[in-house]
Amino acid sequence: MSRWRWLAALAAAVASTLASAAGFDYQLQPRKVADGVYALIGKTENFSRENGGNIVNTGFIIGRDGVIVIDSGPSKAYGEQQRAAIARVTDKPIVQLLLTHAHPDHVFGNQAYPGIPIASLPATAVTLTQSGDALLGNLYRLVGDAMRDTEVRLPNAAAADGAFSMAGRKLRLMAARGHTDGDLMVFDEASRTLFAGDLVFFERTPTTPNADLPHWLSTLDSLDSLDFAVLVPGHGPVLHDHAGIAQTRDYLRWLRDGLQGAARRGLDMPEVLQLPVPERFQQLAVLKTEYERSVTHLYPAYELDTLPTIPRSKPK
Amino acid sequence: MSKLPLIVVLSISLPVFAAELPADPLNSPAWSTIAGRYFKGQPVVFDARVKVTAPASAEDPLDVPVQISAEGLADVQEMLVVADLNPIQKILSYEPLHAAPSLAFRFKVEQSTPIRAAARTRDGVWHLGGVWLSAAGGGCTTPSYGSADPVWQTRLNEVRGRLWPADGRGTQRLRLRVIHPMDTGLANGIPAFYIDRIVLSDAKGLTLARLNTFEPISENPVLSFDLNGSGAVRVVGGDIQGNQFSAEITP
Ligand SMILES: [Zn+2]
Repeated sequence: MSRWRWLAALAAAVASTLASAAGFDYQLQPRKVADGVYALIGKTENFSRENGGNIVNTGFIIGRDGVIVIDSGPSKAYGEQQRAAIARVTDKPIVQLLLTHAHPDHVFGNQAYPGIPIASLPATAVTLTQSGDALLGNLYRLVGDAMRDTEVRLPNAAAADGAFSMAGRKLRLMAARGHTDGDLMVFDEASRTLFAGDLVFFERTPTTPNADLPHWLSTLDSLDSLDFAVLVPGHGPVLHDHAGIAQTRDYLRWLRDGLQGAARRGLDMPEVLQLPVPERFQQLAVLKTEYERSVTHLYPAYELDTLPTIPRSKPK
Repeated sequence: MSKLPLIVVLSISLPVFAAELPADPLNSPAWSTIAGRYFKGQPVVFDARVKVTAPASAEDPLDVPVQISAEGLADVQEMLVVADLNPIQKILSYEPLHAAPSLAFRFKVEQSTPIRAAARTRDGVWHLGGVWLSAAGGGCTTPSYGSADPVWQTRLNEVRGRLWPADGRGTQRLRLRVIHPMDTGLANGIPAFYIDRIVLSDAKGLTLARLNTFEPISENPVLSFDLNGSGAVRVVGGDIQGNQFSAEITP
């Protein structure tokens, strides 16, 4: 080996060590869920340094003329590795990024898609404009180093409800709400694959920081009449039936009825935190943490309903 | 004969003059400060009967729900709640005169901290319990939404409430919510402005309970009391600027 080749090999080794030290490796493996349709399945955990924030499912659809990406993941590094993973499957250009909703695990890989149209429902853009920095700061705190250099990139196009042809592929965008005030679902007509965003969770407890339970439940009811072959939930394994819709609905109904009932019995929040969760939900990942969070998010409105305003009286 | 009185004196005095504080089961860096500030010269014991219930982690640092209880202790004269690592540590003090020694409230947390409840029994001993709360921070130095949102200016001290009759526990539950910004004075340019007292009495004028609240209590306080007896409860309260409120809650 000549001296120069030896140096080059050394430089390559150093570079690869630096690269692995510099960036979190998400080990993204696109999984084919239908013809031309892929999902990247995250862990059913909460944000942590160990998972780099990859607790989310993203996906992509390969059209005749290009690739449509659904959600960009929690960080710049995730977005870049998502792009690299797509390039291992197809050499077609990425023509569109669609964001399902304004939660940090779904949108902070946007930086990896400069010059590519990023579309969301208007409500999603409003939330990211108002709270993007706060959401990002929170994720830096929870995930740490994997977030390196991640910045907020706002959507630059508005998605609307309806049928579209994108990159030569027929898609139906479905505007809904309930998990947040802007939940976009993407339905691929050819394969009858539904990317449900966080309107559907499976084997992972739903999150509710911006939830409206009545709207969410009625959205789930309307999904029951959709004829899909594959459903990619926002979190949890890919489905070929309605089990994810049914499980999400069951949990949300129990949450609604439990919180409403507790408020009517006069319980305060710490007592509600102690209430037993039914056996059938015990298999859901991160149940205790998410239940506690949901009580904090949702209970104040239920308890206020039970406390009438008292007419003012003069102090004696 | 001369030894006996000395032994008696020692055995009585030991709890009071014990210079060494009991070791803190919560292992808080601020334990000796807290002990010096709130329990100086008074006997202190850690007691599993004094319970603090709170979520493991503060999802909303401006509104952390907490319940304190000293149900197994007889003759609780006063209860004190402090958060060791909050910029303002004292959250409330409570005298359950004719009430169960329990109370639920919400407070603003600045960073991860122990929350302690202390219950003073008739013999002067403080019985302490507590838990660690994990928090993202920012609760106390963030202006309450009330300061940005003028809703409280027209509805200041508006009271909502309800009584739930005793169901075998011997106490009726009173839940209250009062509109108030509860400003801590720690956020830039916003002076402290908070409810500092609430007194509950029955229809005959007997005082059931007295509560003193401090800066860390959440905006628009929500409180739950467990009161002896039954029937209507009169609520009288006020803030540090002299605004008063009163309300009659009927079953
Ligand atoms: Zn979400």
